Amino acid sequence: MSVLGTHHWDRRSVLRAATGLAAVGGLAACGGNTGRDGGPGSGKRLVQYFHAYGEAGTEQAIRRYAEAYEEADVSTQWITGSNFESKLFASLLTDKAPDVFEFHPQIQLVRSGQVADLTDLVEPVKDDFNPADIRSHTVDGKIYGVRMIDDPQFFFYRKSMFEKAGVGVPATLDDLLATAAELTTDKVKGIYLGNTLHPVVNPMIWASGADTLDEKNEIAYHTDAVVEGFRTLRKLFTSGDLLLDAPTDFWDPSALNQGLTAIQWCGMWAMPQMQEALGDDLGIFPFPRVTATGKPAVTNGGWSMFVNAKGEDVEAAKEYVKWLWIDQKEYQEDWALSYGFHIPPRTSIARSADKLKSGLPAEGVRLFNEFGHFDNIGWTQAMITALEDVLADCVRKGGDPESALDKADRTVGRELQKLFG
Amino acid sequence: MSTTTARGAARPAPAKGFPRPRRQLRASSTFNFWLFTGPFLIGLLIFVYVPILWSAWLSFFEARFTVTPSEFIGFENYRVMLTDERFVGSLVTFTVFAALIVPATWALSLALALAVNRLRFMRAFFRSVFFLPTAVSYVAASLVWKMSIFNGVRFGLANTVLGVFGVDDTAWLANPNPPWYWLVIVTVRLWLQAGFYMILFLAALQNIPRELYEAAAIDGARPGWQTFRYITLPQVRATSTAVILLLLVAAYQAFDEFFNLLSKTTWGRPPLVELYYKALGDNQDYGAGSAGALILTLLICLVTLLQGRFMGFGRGEDGR
Repeated sequence: MSVLGTHHWDRRSVLRAATGLAAVGGLAACGGNTGRDGGPGSGKRLVQYFHAYGEAGTEQAIRRYAEAYEEADVSTQWITGSNFESKLFASLLTDKAPDVFEFHPQIQLVRSGQVADLTDLVEPVKDDFNPADIRSHTVDGKIYGVRMIDDPQFFFYRKSMFEKAGVGVPATLDDLLATAAELTTDKVKGIYLGNTLHPVVNPMIWASGADTLDEKNEIAYHTDAVVEGFRTLRKLFTSGDLLLDAPTDFWDPSALNQGLTAIQWCGMWAMPQMQEALGDDLGIFPFPRVTATGKPAVTNGGWSMFVNAKGEDVEAAKEYVKWLWIDQKEYQEDWALSYGFHIPPRTSIARSADKLKSGLPAEGVRLFNEFGHFDNIGWTQAMITALEDVLADCVRKGGDPESALDKADRTVGRELQKLFG
Repeated sequence: MSTTTARGAARPAPAKGFPRPRRQLRASSTFNFWLFTGPFLIGLLIFVYVPILWSAWLSFFEARFTVTPSEFIGFENYRVMLTDERFVGSLVTFTVFAALIVPATWALSLALALAVNRLRFMRAFFRSVFFLPTAVSYVAASLVWKMSIFNGVRFGLANTVLGVFGVDDTAWLANPNPPWYWLVIVTVRLWLQAGFYMILFLAALQNIPRELYEAAAIDGARPGWQTFRYITLPQVRATSTAVILLLLVAAYQAFDEFFNLLSKTTWGRPPLVELYYKALGDNQDYGAGSAGALILTLLICLVTLLQGRFMGFGRGEDGR
């Protein structure tokens, strides 16, 4: 006879069992990964969100910095996958929102009261930051984030393949198409712009002599040169010289390292991995000008640290951000230079960064200084998506760029109306 | 009174230690009912009914970056969604998807069931083999399809095989012209779900009386297509109807494979993916997303009712 069969489950037994289960459940919840637990400390608990970086050792580094902080127990949510933005935005609406998080400066975070004013943290060291980074984090004279790293993005190419094909670095977008055609073989595609092509939207606009928004925060991307740029990209897409549907996206150097392509759009963060795989067989150049009135362009990506204005202890979160991203210069240097290559936004750290002073990294810094375009805080996620949709519609799908841009204008116009009136 | 006394006298005295057994049993049954169903009802309330009602409420508000809005805008979100060509286009995408996946899965799962049902040896083995993909996550399967079988480079499995015949590399997912992405999406879902529906058909096939086939044979029916057409198919009609209904609802709920296979495209977005990008993606427009979700829910209800009526689902034997 089974044990269960000999036991009479009267009301008291059931209640006792239920109470016991509830108690165990409660204890289990205490010990579970709620995202707010930490080791011993002052009793203050903070949660920080990071997207998963591609370079080995980054997650361990962020956790190591957090462990060294003695004023609070800081736990890290290392968010993998490609939808960091969605997870961040959704969590910011809940009680489980992070206290501090990395993201790009965007005005809707300020307008919706989601990020705290960090002017008092940054102001004393403001002159040590790249002025463009300060500008891109400022709304109505207040600074809303601390820049951690600047990430220039440009084209990487295999010098040996260029030499073999007898081609030089392209100066215009048309040249780029011709070069890609010369480089394409039955084994190697001429060029790779990422699977969605999204990373080249902004550089193409800048290289057309236009901009996303002008100084009055009005639409500045809808020009004839930009339309021409989209048409040229469509030619590239259908040429057979563009690598499509690669196993990894643009931010990962595998397509270039594995010989799938001769040119790849990527960020300086991947330079050490490329140099390790390809040695000196590596060069870089900016996005070439689209028309005669355009100018080569480099995207200055990067990440900044923000404080959740609706967090449980905003002051404690600000103290942590100040400690890590203002005071701890050795951690900032480690973060910028020990895993991938990033340009430190602090002038004093950038000046002493030996790894960026010679060779290809120095060339990357030169392109960044000469052709770099920084984040525009008024250019929001919805606007970014609107222009990505233009690219998907008219470059990948073959639609008319004019009508696709008209559609984007309506979306961006609505956004601008809401944000700036 | 005497009657009462008589009835009372007729009732056997309760045994010591078991007072009022019927009442206790009834009370205990009620308690047990709530004990076991209570948590599920609470879960249903919190995770289904409250979100539905909240969503309905949000759909009448301007709810960008907030789920506790204050700006009432009436039916504006519904107007926006019904005139949004991407949302309307997602319904077309769904229609294409349903037109491909529903008959394909129905045919494949029935064929598998017929094949497995005929086996004399290793039936359980093959039943398990075909059923196993059901246990695989849609996300994992999508990534295998995307990165191993149908990636666009020369070492993708499909391109390697085609390369043997001199066919150039195909960008299966990155290029909507020609729309090869449908092949990838339909095959991954077929692989994932055909085994489950095979089990349903197998059960239906095993319920068909052998006497029917014997009688048909005596009447001169030829085995094979004739028997299948006039005996097997009508006998599995009820299961077929249920399978098609389930497949249609599952097609409406398609998300994982589209989201993972087609990264940020403007084509090939079924309604749930479109609503994800509208409400939970970069736009965070919970008002418009909620309006779209309610429109979609109403549409699913309508189509399901029409389909049930058309196919006679739920009609009793008398109604036939």
